[in-house]
Amino acid sequence: MLSRVADSLYWIGRYLERAEHTIRVFDVNLNLMLEGPASKPDARWQRVIYALSVPDNLQDRTLDDLVDAMCFDISNPASIAACIGAARENARQVRDEISTEQWQKLNRLYHSVAEMRGSQSYATVSDLLQTMLDGVHLFEGVTDTTMSHGEGWQFIRAGRYMERSTAIATLLELYYRSPFGDVEGILDSAQYLEWVGLLRSCTAFEAFCTVYTADLTPGRILEFLLLNPLFPHSLRYSVNCLVEALAGMQCEGRRSSSEMLTRRAGRLQASLSFAQIDEILAQDTGGYLRDVLGQCRIIQELTYRLYISYSVDTALAI
Amino acid sequence: MKSETRSDPETLRLPAQFDAVLPGYNLDGAYDEMFGADGQVRPEYRELLKAFLEMPSEELQARKRSSDASFMTQGVTFTVYGREEGTERIFPYDLLPRLITGKEWEQIEKGLTQRITALNLFLRDVYHEGKILADGVVPREVIYTCKHFRREMRGLQVPRNIYIAITGTDLLRLKTGEFVVLEDNLRVPSGVSYMLTNRRAMKRTLPKLFLSHRIRPIDHYAQLLLSTLRSLAPEGRPEPTIVLLTPGVYNSAYFEHTYLARQMGVELVQGRDLLVHDNIVYMRTTAGLRRVDVIYRRVDDDFCDPLVFRSDSILGVAGLLNAYRSGNVTLANAFGTGLADDKAIYAWVPEIIRYYLNEDPLLNNVETYHVTDPKKRQHVLENLERMVVKPVGESGGYGMLIGPHSTKEQRDKFKDLIQADPRNFIAQPVLNFSRAPCLVGDSIEPRHVDLRPYILFGDKINIVPGGLTRVALQKGSLVVNSSQGGGSKDTWVLES
Repeated sequence: MLSRVADSLYWIGRYLERAEHTIRVFDVNLNLMLEGPASKPDARWQRVIYALSVPDNLQDRTLDDLVDAMCFDISNPASIAACIGAARENARQVRDEISTEQWQKLNRLYHSVAEMRGSQSYATVSDLLQTMLDGVHLFEGVTDTTMSHGEGWQFIRAGRYMERSTAIATLLELYYRSPFGDVEGILDSAQYLEWVGLLRSCTAFEAFCTVYTADLTPGRILEFLLLNPLFPHSLRYSVNCLVEALAGMQCEGRRSSSEMLTRRAGRLQASLSFAQIDEILAQDTGGYLRDVLGQCRIIQELTYRLYISYSVDTALAI
Repeated sequence: MKSETRSDPETLRLPAQFDAVLPGYNLDGAYDEMFGADGQVRPEYRELLKAFLEMPSEELQARKRSSDASFMTQGVTFTVYGREEGTERIFPYDLLPRLITGKEWEQIEKGLTQRITALNLFLRDVYHEGKILADGVVPREVIYTCKHFRREMRGLQVPRNIYIAITGTDLLRLKTGEFVVLEDNLRVPSGVSYMLTNRRAMKRTLPKLFLSHRIRPIDHYAQLLLSTLRSLAPEGRPEPTIVLLTPGVYNSAYFEHTYLARQMGVELVQGRDLLVHDNIVYMRTTAGLRRVDVIYRRVDDDFCDPLVFRSDSILGVAGLLNAYRSGNVTLANAFGTGLADDKAIYAWVPEIIRYYLNEDPLLNNVETYHVTDPKKRQHVLENLERMVVKPVGESGGYGMLIGPHSTKEQRDKFKDLIQADPRNFIAQPVLNFSRAPCLVGDSIEPRHVDLRPYILFGDKINIVPGGLTRVALQKGSLVVNSSQGGGSKDTWVLES
């Protein structure tokens, strides 16, 4: 497979996962605004803005401005429309490498989001976000059911789980840095809402309750979102899938010299598989999460160096 | 402006039996593909016309819709420029096939084989010994003032001495029924995917018609193209890697590039996928660098190598020309082939054929005036409203003046342009070329058509029977280019 094609497929995966994450975080926080005891909405938006890497110039805006900037403004690279647009642009480049169904779903999603702009108001934005989310899920579904599960599919998957891993780690790190990050014991109602918000941002509230009941403590939430082996939006699960996708690529290509990549990815996977939550909590939790993010960056860099942006000299030496 | 009027002395009424069924069908001075000059249906069209006239109009419309839908789902579209969404449209398609008899085709095939052979010898000669120039058959000045002449190709040995592996020649049919060459496209001719998808749509839409005609197949084009490219591989590369180089998704022929790459089973690459190291071309794949042996390029000369040609091009590959010079990679077509389809060289093609092959041309040229000659220039300037003026180095119908359809300002502008740079223009009398029956709304009406056969030149010359018939869909219009609102139809070469 051409390296350029692999690059495009990887970023289709990343951009759509990013769009999905943004939709969810944004929707959850809009909801919290409705119920919350007006306590520091600014701080919450600060957090949202940081979690989604929105440019700084969005602060001190009205809510409608924020909705427009976050959902539809394509000049803001973090907006949902921009992510979907970037995914479509990548898909256009590799139109003949993906299935017709994938292209049609993505194209339709792109056009429907473009049409939504202007029609939105604060009242209906939740519905619009839900429609977008459905569109992203539809694309993921047809990707798994209509595309050959070969090298190209593995690149899409690698992109998706790389994005998901970093998004979860970033979000957790933010919550642990916030004022309610180190509460002990029973949460008060305001804190409770915030932590439920975190779970909902990862579609994890229901899944969490079936494991731990609705007894929320920061430690349990961290354990669930970091280390649960079965929940698709936990860090451990995402890293497992990422490693699987990387191994899948390696089988497809004829390359064997990916020892560095295998070791790095395997190390992260193993550290999450055998970690103890009390040890993580006992040390600097934020630091731990930042280290995970760093490892993710290294894995991506190694993947690129191996398959996509390798130097000509190393390639000729083989 | 309509070229047909009932008061025209040349207007011929069809026999009364067609009054009711073909109300909009008038004959005029142009050759009609379906009706002879006596108003009788030509034998090869009889079955076809009968089938169409017997079909109820609702059914005809249903078939038309189904063929349109099949183009849309196959993704046979071209991109309309200038809109942010990159709107994709289907290339208008006419349901009534254009018929060519086996005998007519034999003439065309012979004529094209002769012409392409001679033009290839001409390119080889001009870029090597230059005998034809030394003998004074073609003036040196015409060669060296041509903007498609590539100095870099001097003395470069190309595989099998083949410069023009893939060409498409535009033919017109005159009043007498004779086919003539309007222009040769020797650089990167496009449209062959429409030829192939038209046939496929036709088979799905009107399968019964195929049973009543014996039509020569064209589906093996992609395979022929592949074996042509393979036959041109550098020596010592028995299992050559072949790629198709596209300018990318923003090119209006991108669909065709993906289509041909898929049909041949070769990689579709962009300039940034390729690199040159030690004069060897590689493509970047996830499994490492892979050597490339043959490049079917759909990128113009100017954009192919920023080190030699336009340095601002990001569509090409730095160092490609050197790799080519070293004989490590084959380009199809070679650089500099635009020299031989320059509209100023065109007038010399009959001489070129006689010079190299010692034969008379089987396909004639259209009468052409060189405005560099002061007398002819005067004649052209005085009769501009009856002329078609073309810039010599352009293709696709851009920058033309069509006399009868022009305004006085346009003609004045062209007068200035011609006088300022006569080498840059040629003029031809307006041709009333042939018309074929087309489905217009509910009725069948004649429209002007041309024909572009595709010629492949590897170890031998192959021409798939037929080619792309382009239609000027506007009533009376003489412009068939897809970029200027033309359409197309399937072309059937009959066995006998």
